[in-house]
Order: sequence, then C-alpha cells, then structure tokens
Amino acid sequence: MSESKPAKPAVAYGKPVSEADIASWNIDIRTSDGKGLPAGSGTVAQGKQIYEAKCAACHGPDAKGGPQYGTMVGGIGSFTTPQRVLTPGSMYPYAPILFDYIRRAMPMDRPQSLTSDEVYAVSAYILYLNGLIPENFVMNAQTMPTIQMPNREGFILDDRPDVKNERCMRDCKPIRG
Amino acid sequence: MPKRTAARVEPRAGALTEGGPVPSKGRRSFLRQGLAMAGTALASGAVGTGVARATPLPVPPSNQSMGRPIPQQMYGMPSKYEAHVFRERSSVFKNRQNFSDWSMTPLQHQTGILTPNGLHFERHHAGTPDIDPATHRLVIHGMVKQPLVFTMEDITRYPSVSKFYFLECSGNTLTDWIKAASPTVQQSHGLLSCTQWTGIPVSWLLDEAGLLPGAKWVAFEGADGAAHTRSIPLEKVLDDCLLVYGQGGEMLRPEQGYPLRLFIPGWEGNVSVKWLRRIKVGDQPWYFRSETARYTDPMPGGKWRQFSFVMECKSVITYPSGGMKLKGPGLYEIQGFAWSGRGKIKAVDVTVDGGRTWQEAQLEEPVFDKCLTRFRFRWNWNGAPAVIASRAVDSTGYVQPTVEQIGKVRALTGFVQHHNGIFPWSVSSSGEVKNAVA
Repeated sequence: MSESKPAKPAVAYGKPVSEADIASWNIDIRTSDGKGLPAGSGTVAQGKQIYEAKCAACHGPDAKGGPQYGTMVGGIGSFTTPQRVLTPGSMYPYAPILFDYIRRAMPMDRPQSLTSDEVYAVSAYILYLNGLIPENFVMNAQTMPTIQMPNREGFILDDRPDVKNERCMRDCKPIRG
Repeated sequence: MPKRTAARVEPRAGALTEGGPVPSKGRRSFLRQGLAMAGTALASGAVGTGVARATPLPVPPSNQSMGRPIPQQMYGMPSKYEAHVFRERSSVFKNRQNFSDWSMTPLQHQTGILTPNGLHFERHHAGTPDIDPATHRLVIHGMVKQPLVFTMEDITRYPSVSKFYFLECSGNTLTDWIKAASPTVQQSHGLLSCTQWTGIPVSWLLDEAGLLPGAKWVAFEGADGAAHTRSIPLEKVLDDCLLVYGQGGEMLRPEQGYPLRLFIPGWEGNVSVKWLRRIKVGDQPWYFRSETARYTDPMPGGKWRQFSFVMECKSVITYPSGGMKLKGPGLYEIQGFAWSGRGKIKAVDVTVDGGRTWQEAQLEEPVFDKCLTRFRFRWNWNGAPAVIASRAVDSTGYVQPTVEQIGKVRALTGFVQHHNGIFPWSVSSSGEVKNAVA
C-alpha cells in the first residue's frame, strides 16, 4: 500500500466483546505446543468406533483410503523417494494439527459436530494406525503435544527467489527439446 | 454444458509488418492500414486491399425488427452467442467430490485485465456457503487490548479503499510441469483472475482493537464448513492487507467470500481467507494443517518449503493458445498476461522460435502493482511449425525462469505449487495450437 496508503479515519465502529462471548468461535489450536487444546480425552478403541461410524464412508476401512479420499496411513520415510505419500503420520509436524483440523472441518458434511472427547479419540486412532502411539494411549491436552511426529524437522522457511534467469535475447538456449 | 468447439483464429487483415511491438511513430501507417481494411472483403482470410464484392450484403434481420424490450428489473447476462465462455473444473485433475475442488477462469476469452465476476476462478474446501450479511460477524481478539466484534454495517461505514489486484492460486498450472496435460490456457493457468477489490485496511481494525507488545502473527478464519485458517505475519497484514466486501463494482460473489473476505495482495490465493469471521493476534504461527501438510513445497532431499506466500513473476500467452487453430499464414497479434506478487511488470519478451531469440512485447496501460498486465506482440506467421512463449520481468529485476531452471532447485513431485515457469505453445503447419510444455 506504501504508495497510496490511506490514513486511518478518526472513527471506531467495533463493539467490545468478551472472550466468554466468543468461546464457541475460539477453536484454533497452536499446534506446536498444543495451546488451546480443550479438556477431554479419548482412546484408540473409542476412536475406532467413531471412525467407523462417521469417517469410514469417505476415508475407507482402517483409514487406508475410500471412495472420496486416499490413505491416511503410512508414507513415513517416503519423502526421500520420488513417490511422496502424504498422511497425518508422514506429514504433520505436530500431533495437535489433527485435533484442530478434525474439529473445524470434519466430518465434511457435519463440521464442528464432534465433541472434544470424540476428536481426541479419532486422533488417537489415526495416529495409532500410523504406528506413532501404542494401543493403550490416552489422548488429551497434556499427552497430545508430546507425541514425536516424524516430520517435525521437515520444513524450511521460504528462501525464494531460488532461480536466476537471464534476459537473453539472441542465440539463447531453446526452452524445450 | 455447451459443447466446446476449437476456436478458429483468423489472421488480422491489413499489410503485414515485421514482428514486434507497434512503434509509436508507426501510428500513421497503422491508421492507413486501418483505412485500407475498412474496404476489404469480409470473406474469410482475405488479406490486403479491397476487392469488389460479387454478392451484395443482405440487410440483417436485426435492422428490420425490434429487439428485446427493457425489463423493469434485470441483472444483465452475456449474449447467447457467448455460451462457450464459462468457468470450468479441471479436466486433468479430477477430484472424487466437488466441494473441496476448484473451477478455472477462461483466460483465452478475457479481453482486458479485469475478470468478469461470474468467471472469477474459485477454490473452496467445503463448498460455497450462502451467508446473510445481516447475521455475519467479524471478531478480533487474541493479543489486543480490547477484543471487538463488527457487523457488516459497521465495516461498510468506514471510508473505503479500492485496488486492482490479481489473485492466483498457489496450485495454478500444477498439472503441467512434468507432462503437457492441459489442452487450453483455461485448464493450465485458469486459477488466476484479476479485478478491483473494495474494502478497508486490516490495520485500521487492528489499531482500533489495540495491538499488544510482542504481537507478530495473525490467524484469519473463515465461516465456511472448512473454517479455513491461515497464519500471516503481522508485518504483511499491516502493510497492505484489506478486509474486502466489494469485487468488480458490486458486492463479493458468494464463491469469493460474500459478505467479507481477507485480501492479501500478491500472495497465494489460499491466504486470502473467504467468509472471514475471526481475526486472532498471536506471537507465533499456529502451524495449521493448511500451512504444514498443505500449501508447502516439496524440496530435494525430502524437506518442505513453508510459508512460501508470494506468487512470483509469471506470464502466459492467451492468444493464440491451446485448442485454437490459426487459419493460414499472416499477421497475428500475440496477446497474453503477465503478473508479479513482488511488484509491477517491467517488461515482457516473446519468442516465436522456441526460445532461441526473444523480442520485447508492448505492455498495455495501465500497469499496476500486483495486477495483471496485458502484453501484445505482432507476429507475421509464415506457416511453418513454431513454438511461442512469453517471459516476464518484474520491477525487482526478477526474470521469469524456465521449467528446466525450476526443476533443478525444487522437487517436482505430487502437488506442484508456486510454479511460474515459461510456458510454450506449439503451432503446427496446419495452424493447430497445442500445449508444448513437455
């Protein structure tokens, strides 16, 4: 905006609101440390039941992929191969991403319909299928951020521009062939 | 769905000129050509001076009848003869559901830099909600002195700002870097649109809520079924981000975020959160799924490039482009678009010999910051097979790279995003124009 940034007018139309007023909207989780994870808990066994009732129709049995979407299991170690398989297990750097995303967006036809206990349980089931937690794991606000995710160190910050083309006009290298 | 027919492209009538932009001092001879053209036959392919017609032109029926009456109220629509111009889902990357999906702008039919609202590309994660502006609310909270809530009436009371900007999805052209998959420029580059956006700077409302010391990142959240969310650096938010309610002279279309969206100039479309309901200020990123598992770029060695927001300088020829057919040798005006998320377009070069030689094209005014810029280049096609492409340069001096150059530094695997490579079309001796990227 630098070149024509308009000055802020001396008016204010916002109305004060309290955190209590917006509690049902305040659903974001800071996934790196779990800040914002709610009370509640769930187990792998409970998660399997919920998954089969509410998720399997699209994601398939055992989260291996279904009519709508591909697998949510596996792919760990695949990023150094030409065929990268992206799943919550292989891709998510932090386990609480599962809680944040499932709560806000799943199931696709009834988003924000799951209870906190249900979200913890389904998250546990998916991470268990990915071999990242044992079968007796209890998922809650304290345990979820402690799970070691394989792709935790898998990201680099944007370092573009990463290519340098020259403005060649004559006798240039053809762009194909 | 109207049936698509391959466009037949006529050469431009008039004296042939050497390839290159129109020099300003050549305007007089250009006008002379125009006068000559006024008397030319309308028979297809006729080039040069006029010839006496063998058959007199009939008076058209439209001259001999009344047209449609003016209705009391109506939202105007394009001519029925333009039914072949529409947004279209990808024919290359077929999703098995159409809620988290996209549809693309027919750039080959866009005549100027503004995309008609009904043709603006769309990309949603849980379909398009229909939100009543009377019930919509925007909340600002987190690291602020006073959390605030706004109605749409509140937001539209502020003095407004209108800016022309392009919007490009990070995945634009994602199907085409390894093999030539898209038949048309709509399919290859149609996750790109440009219009005038109207709203207010986000900074005004953050200032009203009062940023607390230590605030560095801002989360924006949508009111759609995906409650789509992204973390944005505060510095960019305060610089030029807008809360937008207007698009191309009217209120936002539902598929563009009605009644309110965030707009982040020059950055990937995904961060310009639609149906915006909440702004939360924090001291670090949230690392949502949408900025970890998605919208990150595969790098050699298995890593992923993250927070790769800016859409780098890019261009493409839209005329002639894939699916068209040139009707014989003659003068053609190559046209296309160039844009950069880092500034203005400084120059566009065009090649008609596969990149061996390049010539500077003419930029059409206006040339705005972070906005589509149209370029034009006169080409006298001799009828031999040719490969044409454009190469843009932006105000930072960055030159649009080749596909080969990008392939050397990034891993072109899976869902390739932020790819701004030079994109060639081939023209066969019979005039057929095809995707020639690989």
